[in-house]
Amino acid sequence: MTDSTANGEMLTTADGRPLKAALAKAEAHAKRRAFLLVLPLLAFILITFVAPIGQMLFKSVNNEGFTVHEDLGTGVRTPIMTNIAAWFDENPLGTDPGEDAYEALAKDLVVLRELKAPGQAGTRINYELSGSRSMFTKAARKAKKLKPPYKEAILDLDEDWGSPKLWQVMRGASSSFTSNFYLAAADRQRDENAKVVMVNENRQVYVKLFMRTLNLSLLITFLTFVLAYPIAHLLATLPLRHSNLLMILVLLPFWTSLLVRTTSWMVLLQSQGVVNDALVASGILGDENRLQMMYNRTGTVIAMTHILLPFMVLPLYSVMRPINPSYVRAARSLGATSWTAFRRIYFPQTVPGIGAGALLVFILSVGYYITPALVGGADGQLISNLIAFHMQKSLNWSLAAALAALLLGGILILYWLYDRLVGIDNLKLG
Amino acid sequence: MALPKYADPLERAWHYIYLVICALIFLFLIAPILVVMPLSFNAEPYFTFTEKMLKLDPDGYSTRWYDLLLTFGMQEPDAVRDSSWWADAWNNAHWIQATKNSVIIGFFSTILATTLGTIAALGLSRSEMPARRAIMAILISPMIVPIIITATGLFFFYSWIGIQNWGIPYLGVVLAHATLGIPFVIITVTATLVGFDHSLTRAAANMGANPTRTFFKVQMPLILPGVISGALFAFVTSFDEVVVVLFVGGLDEQTIPRQMWNGIREQISPAILSVATILVIISIALLTTVELLRRRSEKLRGVTPR
Repeated sequence: MTDSTANGEMLTTADGRPLKAALAKAEAHAKRRAFLLVLPLLAFILITFVAPIGQMLFKSVNNEGFTVHEDLGTGVRTPIMTNIAAWFDENPLGTDPGEDAYEALAKDLVVLRELKAPGQAGTRINYELSGSRSMFTKAARKAKKLKPPYKEAILDLDEDWGSPKLWQVMRGASSSFTSNFYLAAADRQRDENAKVVMVNENRQVYVKLFMRTLNLSLLITFLTFVLAYPIAHLLATLPLRHSNLLMILVLLPFWTSLLVRTTSWMVLLQSQGVVNDALVASGILGDENRLQMMYNRTGTVIAMTHILLPFMVLPLYSVMRPINPSYVRAARSLGATSWTAFRRIYFPQTVPGIGAGALLVFILSVGYYITPALVGGADGQLISNLIAFHMQKSLNWSLAAALAALLLGGILILYWLYDRLVGIDNLKLG
Repeated sequence: MALPKYADPLERAWHYIYLVICALIFLFLIAPILVVMPLSFNAEPYFTFTEKMLKLDPDGYSTRWYDLLLTFGMQEPDAVRDSSWWADAWNNAHWIQATKNSVIIGFFSTILATTLGTIAALGLSRSEMPARRAIMAILISPMIVPIIITATGLFFFYSWIGIQNWGIPYLGVVLAHATLGIPFVIITVTATLVGFDHSLTRAAANMGANPTRTFFKVQMPLILPGVISGALFAFVTSFDEVVVVLFVGGLDEQTIPRQMWNGIREQISPAILSVATILVIISIALLTTVELLRRRSEKLRGVTPR
């Protein structure tokens, strides 16, 4: 657009402003208005969703168990373990803890005793060195009676106080910020020289669980694809009157409560359940070798495939519906067999739908919690279940946050990919 | 899908096999939902069809589990069923309490999600909207982020701000459920607005209507079907949500899914199946409503079915 006409005059609006400025102003006004409409919701989501998750993820690098005591009643925050932290600051890693170190420890133990906080400090150390919580509670009980030389007195209480590993863990915990929970979430730890090493083989659980979550999600995505493709094709090629009726069979599960669907599968798959009874009654199975299909991986896979199937059918259907049937007919008339026509003409046109459905199902299944918790048993649990375990049972919230951060990171990458390839606008719900 | 005239026998055979495969997959989709219905009328505490049930003997069926739903938690379940018995049920029966809580939480979170979501969708569907893609991604994210992460985050956040001391019952759960329902409202309402003819609003403005009047008289009636189906989605999301309630709900904030969750984890009894049956019937009703609304919306917007 040019500002002036051929004879050099400025184009202006009726009230004499330059046209370009007036347009820019109107556009800015329209932009502001559109944004103001979205603003309340955006603020709502930022406060009730983004901020809480951010705060929770912060816990994965921040743990004040060994640095600050907060009184639950009054909310007063008192720094703890200050003397030992000062000693760690003065003496670099590898210094043998001498009498001065033990004296600092004894002073801190007295403070812990007064604040009734030895359990908290011990728990923090216990996350990285199991069995050390009781050392703290025991030592703090006797802290006031400790006499110099402190080193001997404390080692008399428990020889383990001399362990280099313990001192290394205390050194790490004496700062509120740590990356150790991420190491733990990757089955790694720091040895007494602060070098990163793998934990004992029998305690390596998290990497395995991440791998299992990944494998099961891939399997579920594949199964939903195999099951969804034929029926999406059928729905897309039937006349609309019939396909709308059949579509109800896809949408009804979609609208039915997740717990109801999980319960149904529990009923069907139990060893005294409908499926086993039918198999026994029809003579396929003997009464004594009923299939164990629940409280294991099989149950998780079957139930989740069923629950996530509509998320695969709907994108496939919306891609298949507009495909013009004359392409396949043209291929046939040129001499292609029906298989070749499908493989070379029809299938390539459905690939965007496969991508959209597969990504969506994969994203949803990686973070699944309810179904594995109810039908998964021990070996059908996914990473979400472990996060819940650390939240509710072991109360190692920082580790739960670190696991959650890793899971969330992976999901956000996939989400970004989905937005790039498919576009969130194209998400359809029936 | 008709078989073409030129199909050879192999193709014919494959066609019928294909139809059988599709029928089996549809069976896989629908059977688990339908199977709970007859089983909820089982006279025995089993999860399988008894011989009497298979022979359609009336003795094999009973409504005892539905009765248990009503009486569970009552102070005097065995008294005569007069008005005071019903009052007892209304005030004390666990499942009735859970239903009340679910409806209250669902209602308020739906109102919140639908109002905020519809206004935002109006903004998002304007071509002038800045950073549309990024904002849309944030607004849809509650649907994508694993529920356990959301619940964990809210647990810490609510205890940090002390929401339970504010004296507003259900507030935490209502806010969380509204957040979870918002993506569904955004998706359905923006989908309705895609076909919206903006010359209508310009025409209204031309005739002297202010933006508020334009919205209520011109836009709202046209997008209403989309708004209602978005609201139904939001309601179902809240009505079906268990993890957030488990993490942030107070002890007295028992909802139907939470009660079911406890029932399944502890001792699963056919009473759970009768709840499931009722929920399936509700979802059939909701699905029918949404389907009718969708057709009406297409008619209103002049979109012919594909």
